[in-house]
Amino acid sequence: MSLRIVVTVKYVPDATGDRHFADDLTVDRDDVDGLLSELDEYAVEQALQIADEADDAEITVLTVGPEDAKDALRKALSMGADKAIHVEDDDLHGTDAIGTSLVLAKAIEKAGYDLVISGMASTDGTMGVVPALVAERLGVPQVTLLSEVSVEDGTVKGRRDGDSASEQLEASLPAVVSVTDQSGEARYPSFKGIMAAKKKPVTSWDLSDLDIEAEEVGLEGAYTVVDSATERPARTAGTIVKDEGEGGKQLAEFLAGQKFI
Amino acid sequence: MAEVLVYVDHVDGAVRKPTLELLTLARRIGEPVAVALGAGAADTAAALAEHGATRVLTADAPEFADYLVVPKVDALQAAYESVSPAAVLVPSSAEGKEIAARLAVRIGSGIITDAIDLEAGDEGPVATQSVFAAGFSTKSRVSKGTPVITVKPNSAAVEPAPAAGAVEALSVTFSDKATGTRITSRTPRESTGRPELTEAAIVVSGGRGVNGAENFAIIEALADSLGAAVGASRAAVDAGWYPHSNQVGQTGKSVSPQLYIASGISGAIQHRAGMQTSKTIVAVNKDAEAPIFDLVDYGVVGDLFEVVPQLTEEIKTRKG
Ligand SMILES: Cc1cc2nc3c(=O)[nH]c(=O)nc-3n(C[C@H](O)[C@H](O)[C@H](O)COP(=O)(O)OP(=O)(O)OC[C@H]3O[C@@H](n4cnc5c(N)ncnc54)[C@H](O)[C@@H]3O)c2cc1C
Ligand SMILES: Nc1ncnc2c1ncn2[C@@H]1O[C@H](COP(=O)(O)O)[C@@H](O)[C@H]1O
Repeated sequence: MSLRIVVTVKYVPDATGDRHFADDLTVDRDDVDGLLSELDEYAVEQALQIADEADDAEITVLTVGPEDAKDALRKALSMGADKAIHVEDDDLHGTDAIGTSLVLAKAIEKAGYDLVISGMASTDGTMGVVPALVAERLGVPQVTLLSEVSVEDGTVKGRRDGDSASEQLEASLPAVVSVTDQSGEARYPSFKGIMAAKKKPVTSWDLSDLDIEAEEVGLEGAYTVVDSATERPARTAGTIVKDEGEGGKQLAEFLAGQKFI
Repeated sequence: MAEVLVYVDHVDGAVRKPTLELLTLARRIGEPVAVALGAGAADTAAALAEHGATRVLTADAPEFADYLVVPKVDALQAAYESVSPAAVLVPSSAEGKEIAARLAVRIGSGIITDAIDLEAGDEGPVATQSVFAAGFSTKSRVSKGTPVITVKPNSAAVEPAPAAGAVEALSVTFSDKATGTRITSRTPRESTGRPELTEAAIVVSGGRGVNGAENFAIIEALADSLGAAVGASRAAVDAGWYPHSNQVGQTGKSVSPQLYIASGISGAIQHRAGMQTSKTIVAVNKDAEAPIFDLVDYGVVGDLFEVVPQLTEEIKTRKG
């Protein structure tokens, strides 16, 4: 039987560009360059490797996001995923993590799945909670923050490097997995992959396709409110000295002045 | 006064510092009630009482150690139901965030992660967060349900505030989902004897400029002269020179010490995301154009192999 893998990927503003907030205090996604969150490339990579090991597997990449989020899906398809689902609806604007997890869970159920693979965190929100939320909603095991993952005979295994210990985890499918950037470099799309991606199917769903009411998501439906966003004042220019042989001693003098020594 | 639930991070009964910081913040909102789970849970009571916990709810069962996250969610939910708190505060570790998130969905509440400050507000607790690699500071609230908020280490000063700290056994019934993800083995991280990276007052980090695992001894010597923790950039970690558990940045640890010393680190946005909120920042880099110099209070343009050992020697001399 075919192993159905759904990879959740997010379209995010480029971290090396100028990121800011829109007037309604949501992340500005219109005026900035976006891309497939780098941390989700690791999820796509692990899906491809797991699919390679399986007799028969199909990888669907799923995103919840604005029109431009199709770029993220294209990138994942050009890396080698088989098909894509784009959940897109004007009422989704401003959805928070709780709402996003609802939409993802409904879409994953509708798509059909044995294994969900997510990134460790989005590079814009950096909450790192959506995979756990999706697992809670789907009612399946969460096997998260893995730096190593494998699937065999309906069981997913992996290594989770925590703060105080490194743990080996194991769960039966279906399950939700998230992988870290320690799981192995993500491949670059080949020219052939990019050409093939153009022909791969991208399905669009809106909220009504998922039986979700507009009030459950979006800025109005959000469970959290941002009251203010202030640009951090640039740090006041510090003292910079060129080492002429006494740099270490000068630095010690500064640290002593600050009472660190 | 309303009660505030505080999830306790401890190792065999030894309470970790971020939990004591949480108790300080919790007292701004209400009376802290602590929840300690797993082996040694009851041993946490003395430290928690000393820092303001009026009650300490404890539970121990093999499930906490043998299965991932969900048993702890079940227990925290049981505590939530018995206390009906005004807010639930959880330390912002990877596991803490996952526990908090799942609890939030179950109780129909919103969640805020990685707060760096917390105050009481007219419409519930107001959390300060540092976002976009610390480029912005936001203030937000949970607008539905009971606020569930995770707080980063080093967000508040630990303040003693003796309270009763009465130990009460928490009764927990595990859901059938609790045993979904089995932990088949656990290898504890070896202690280096140095302070915990996220909790340290001083962090000394090395990057690609350190140029080799053996050269990290220079960084470690500086750290030891200051009683500091050692950090590394991802470039140094990816090169295999230093363990990933010491990585500072977006996909490593986020630190906010009194003093951060970066040597041979360029200061890429993803690195800054994990250290930009440090109080005092110092850098040694041979490239005067390195972006890290935009952040520093004091910077030395020079070769770290000259500057860092000299600094270490000078510190040792001054300390006598
Ligand atoms: C999704 C994502 C997540 C990431 N997460 C992280 C993260 O968590 N943490 C992180 O650090 N990075 C992270 N990165 C990587 C980041 O973009 C940079 O590549 C990395 O921080 C560079 O490390 P570096 O500064 O040590 O190396 P480089 O950028 O190569 O800088 C080395 C510096 O050392 C200086 N130098 C060299 N020799 C000497 C010498 N002898 N004396 C003094 N100075 C010298 C050079 O002038 C240079 O400025 C992430 C990237 C992505 C895409
Ligand atoms: N809008 C989204 N669409 C698809 N996947 C998402 C979305 N938001 C988050 N995810 C997934 O959840 C992971 C963690 O995100 P977060 O909890 O927001 O940091 C990401 O790496 C993605 O795999």
